[in-house]
Amino acid sequence: MTVSADLDLRFRAAAAAAGLLDVAYDLVDSPLGPLLVAATPRGVCRISFDPEPEEEAETLARRFGLRVLRAPLDGPRRELDEYFEGRRETFELDVDLSTVAPFNRRVLEELARVPYGTTTTYGLLAERSERPRAARAVGMVMNRNPVPIVLPCHRVVGSTGKLVGYGGGLDRKEMLLRLEGALA
Amino acid sequence: MMEAVTIPPFERFYESLSGEILAFLRRRLGRAEAEDAFQETFLRALRAYGRLQHGRDLRAWAYTIAERVAIDVHRRREPPATGQEPARTDNRPAYAELEHLAGQLPATERAAVVLRYGYDLSYADIGAALGSSEDAARQAASSGVRRLRRKELQ
Repeated sequence: MTVSADLDLRFRAAAAAAGLLDVAYDLVDSPLGPLLVAATPRGVCRISFDPEPEEEAETLARRFGLRVLRAPLDGPRRELDEYFEGRRETFELDVDLSTVAPFNRRVLEELARVPYGTTTTYGLLAERSERPRAARAVGMVMNRNPVPIVLPCHRVVGSTGKLVGYGGGLDRKEMLLRLEGALA
Repeated sequence: MMEAVTIPPFERFYESLSGEILAFLRRRLGRAEAEDAFQETFLRALRAYGRLQHGRDLRAWAYTIAERVAIDVHRRREPPATGQEPARTDNRPAYAELEHLAGQLPATERAAVVLRYGYDLSYADIGAALGSSEDAARQAASSGVRRLRRKELQ
């Protein structure tokens, strides 16, 4: 027997509303393709491109707890929609970096301060994170950014201005920078 | 030889069992009450999920919760008559005497015995809960009971 979409959704919403989930995740359509967005009670903990929900659920369960369920994430969905429509420049979402190593967290917190529509370089971000010679390590942190888009690793480019790399693929980095007007 | 069975993310548990648990609750309670009971069953499962020690018998576990929810619904429907306790015609008292021993049974037999004598599930439902057949469920329950009786005599 299949559970009707309505009953299924009611259960998922009730589970989230009752505060019983370690992680809620949802699929959000975007100009960059479907995004899997996941949040713990502390905030958004994961955004992934080209998601494979089953594998993601396993990874989330290992990292944050077994009570992982697909459930509506209205706040993150709304802010992402507004961002992609060009109506939002800063995210007000809380982000959960509790499972991220301290150096990475420091760098990601600096990254969050890079303004919309601008770019910075790996070297400058390393300096701001008080590790001026760690440009390469900063590159690794960007590559493993658990919450791309909201933490704007797409705004970090090479010292010559070349886009260099992006966890979601260079095409997407370019699209995001064009959306923000940082690329002609 | 006992391997720890990994507990899947709740999503997978829910996705794999929601259909058959709803079907079970409809048979048990009728269409109208099955939906609330369905929600209650999986909310209870979710509350307990973080405390599970292993992933064995999750299906039987889900049926056990669903059955408890169904019993609660029946109780609310028929508040106990004032005065006398209704006469017990089921075999639960007999099971209650053996219950303290059931924990020592092999997993499948324990689940079959608990679901049959503790919760009055049909062998077809128990077969479904254990992922085997009606016959296999009957066999597991009866060999479980034989084992229990031997223990009781010891």
